[in-house]
Amino acid sequence: MIEEKNLNADKSNRTTLPRWVVGLVFTALIGFLVLIGLGLRRTQEGPIVIGQKVPAFELKTFEGEVYRTAEMQGKVILINFWASWCKPCEQEAFELEEAWQYYKPGGEVVFLGVDYVDTEPEAKAFIQQFGLTYPNGPDLRTRISQMFRIKGVPETYIIDREGKLAFVKTGPFLSVNEIRQAIDPLLP
Amino acid sequence: MSKDTLMLKMRKSLWGWAGLVIFLVGVLALSVYPVNAQQPTPSDDDVNRVAKQMYCPVCENIPLDVCPTQACAQWRELIRLKLSEGLTDEEIRQYFAEQYGDRVLDVPPARGLNWLVYVLPPLFLLGGIWIVVRVLRSMRSPLAAMNVSTRGDETLPNPNEDPYLARIEEELRRREKEGK
Repeated sequence: MIEEKNLNADKSNRTTLPRWVVGLVFTALIGFLVLIGLGLRRTQEGPIVIGQKVPAFELKTFEGEVYRTAEMQGKVILINFWASWCKPCEQEAFELEEAWQYYKPGGEVVFLGVDYVDTEPEAKAFIQQFGLTYPNGPDLRTRISQMFRIKGVPETYIIDREGKLAFVKTGPFLSVNEIRQAIDPLLP
Repeated sequence: MSKDTLMLKMRKSLWGWAGLVIFLVGVLALSVYPVNAQQPTPSDDDVNRVAKQMYCPVCENIPLDVCPTQACAQWRELIRLKLSEGLTDEEIRQYFAEQYGDRVLDVPPARGLNWLVYVLPPLFLLGGIWIVVRVLRSMRSPLAAMNVSTRGDETLPNPNEDPYLARIEEELRRREKEGK
């Protein structure tokens, strides 16, 4: 009897928070945890692996033309990440242009040069210096490089006609033959 | 000199004067044509003032003003170019964010999920202060009760009302009966 009275006295003395405040705090806490979880999941995602479908993206060239990979279904796409400040990129520039000249008439292969964290005047000078004629554009907000999770430049990715990643090259191509060996098996 | 010849001469001289006037107006117009003032070349200090607010996106956690790579040198030159074009510090920061992403900025812009960075710390701080205040208050309450109880006899609780005292009284009476 006495203990029951004590309990009642304790209950009456205890100040409790309004339920809506408790609910709000818990909702905020859960929302925050969900955000952290999503962020962690995103950072834990690895690079696109060979055989995996490559998400569609678009590249706006220095001349203002827009190339959308979603509109290139059925074609082999070579994506080359480069920068004007990257010395190894200079090694492969001529080879890439030569390979482009080889595949261009067939119309089955598309080359896209993605200029990674570069300044426009120097990038344009690089394009002019090596006479690159395939589409080249800046990687605005580094969206494309983040999607591929590149580790540096130069890096080259080749997407097959079904839109799946078929080939990855870290570092510069050493010859046109090396490029052709990567592309030719993907052509019909 | 006939009247016709005189008229002809007057017409010719009139055309000559008109041509001269047009020429002079033209020269005057050209001389007052607005010319853009040359922007002075921004100094290294000006460039570094802006570069200090940004980070190199290639080599992580190195401010742009002290980054030694060629890429950073190019970006500093780009800052110089933008300053000479008359862009403000904030406009240059915005340009770099659009080109290379928000990660180049020293302070994340308050948009999207970045808002959490600005909202959550003050909220947590306020929550923490509130908890500390509650704990301190609950620690002070028993002390206040003790002080009240030791002030005088008139303030002592009545054993009939206080359940603890009632139990003690009951226990004492029981022990007395048992002769302990």
